[in-house]
Amino acid sequence: MSAEQQYAVELKNLSFQRGDREIFKNIDICIPRGKVTGIMGPSGCGKTTLLRLIGAQLRPSKGEVWVNGLNLPSLSRSELFDMRKQMGVLFQSGALFTDLDVFENVAFPLRVHTQLPDEMIRDIVLMKLQAVGLRGALELMPDELSGGMKRRVALARAIALDPQILMYDEPFVGQDPIAMGVLVRLIRLLSDALGITSIVVSHDLAETASIADYIYLVGDTKVLGQGTPDELMNSDDPRVRQFMQGIPDGPVPFHYPAAGYRDDLLGGR
Amino acid sequence: MRKTSTLERIRLFGRAGIDAVATLGRATVFLVRALFGRSGAGNPLQLLIKQLYSIGVMSLAIIVVSGVFIGMVLSLQGFNILSDYGSEQAVGQMVALTLLRELGPVVTALLFAGRAGSALTAEIGNMKSTEQLSSLEMIGVDPLKYIVAPRLWAGFISMPLLAVIFSVVGIWGGAMVAIDWLGVYEGSFWANMQNSVSFREDVLNGVIKSIVFGFVVTWIAVFQGYDCEPTSEGISRATTKTVVYASLAVLGLDFILTALMFGDF
Repeated sequence: MSAEQQYAVELKNLSFQRGDREIFKNIDICIPRGKVTGIMGPSGCGKTTLLRLIGAQLRPSKGEVWVNGLNLPSLSRSELFDMRKQMGVLFQSGALFTDLDVFENVAFPLRVHTQLPDEMIRDIVLMKLQAVGLRGALELMPDELSGGMKRRVALARAIALDPQILMYDEPFVGQDPIAMGVLVRLIRLLSDALGITSIVVSHDLAETASIADYIYLVGDTKVLGQGTPDELMNSDDPRVRQFMQGIPDGPVPFHYPAAGYRDDLLGGR
Repeated sequence: MRKTSTLERIRLFGRAGIDAVATLGRATVFLVRALFGRSGAGNPLQLLIKQLYSIGVMSLAIIVVSGVFIGMVLSLQGFNILSDYGSEQAVGQMVALTLLRELGPVVTALLFAGRAGSALTAEIGNMKSTEQLSSLEMIGVDPLKYIVAPRLWAGFISMPLLAVIFSVVGIWGGAMVAIDWLGVYEGSFWANMQNSVSFREDVLNGVIKSIVFGFVVTWIAVFQGYDCEPTSEGISRATTKTVVYASLAVLGLDFILTALMFGDF
């Protein structure tokens, strides 16, 4: 298997800056095809930014982003929009179109990108909704759905065009245990049954570790560690260990950088 | 509390200038991309009709009501002043010229900025904050084509029509007050108006003004929504900016256009 086939997404020597702040510095990440890859790291370390870089919604300040053999920063705007048909993203909020009902939300990508007749679109939408267990909710509007249901409808919409790559942005945040269990099962199922390459961005350790085949731990502008969930759990690197075991203070400090406590308290006197 | 030195203030002032120029550049690229280039997803006519309804038709009530009242007030004030000189028959001419040349386009644009402009900014800002715009992009649909373009065109088309409707109902309101209430002779009211209003000089110039205002107000509204910070505070700031910038732009441009059209340079 060539490298191009083996990896669905490759970030090579990638750097990204927002204003003066460096978010990533010369990172290399390879996402294996057909597997579930977790991208983990503390809040604010740029995990969602990483997803936006892979989706080419942001341009890197340096480096290459290869998706299915195409270097995204070199593509034109219309080529990018064409390429994105191969990708699906499950946004943190679900991002359903609020003026369309559940059926039309899932049908949307089919309507805009295919010339399929209405009956066929209906069948496909029903199949996708059946897969996420919400076939009965097809006439509801997004504001009538619970948070977990919204995310499942969004998932049905994301898989409407049968994408090769599916990205999940913090899929487990704010979910009750049942909804969380459903999502975990769905992500694994979609990957195993359809061979979709899944990228799960999350800081929920247990859930991500339970479904991911491989995990990248990012933070402090670089990749701190990578490996299978077991390898990372048993890592000797203190920064990896602090994150994986949830230790409050360590290489990632508990305190935001500040002047001395004593000076600060007595400074005003 | 952070303290700012004089040097820092000068730096911030310069920064604000650079930011303003950069924003203008972004707004121009945004406009060109939305209006030209390859067509987007969906049936453009259907999308346009939906927006014409929510931007144009839904603004009709406020435009018609304001138009009637402004016409009535103009007539009343005009009659009081003109009757001092014994020329109250000219009230029709005064109402028509004021509405067609100035108040029709300007007041419609100001009301349009408040009613439709603020709604556009809030709607697009909300779509941004709930990741609907990002989601469209990732589905492979350009939001500039699917969301922005139909709203821009709907604004460009609606505003001149609303201004014409405003002037028409304003003249009707003026006539009602002058003829039915104040007793101005109907024949001279309409005849004076007909003699003094020129189609090219007055009606057409008014329509040209309203086309320019429609373009500017819609552009500002849609861009502010698209460019806003995707938080509730960001959206509220962007909505305020839309109304303030659009109103100032309309009043400033009105002076320039009036000077060009009626200035006799």
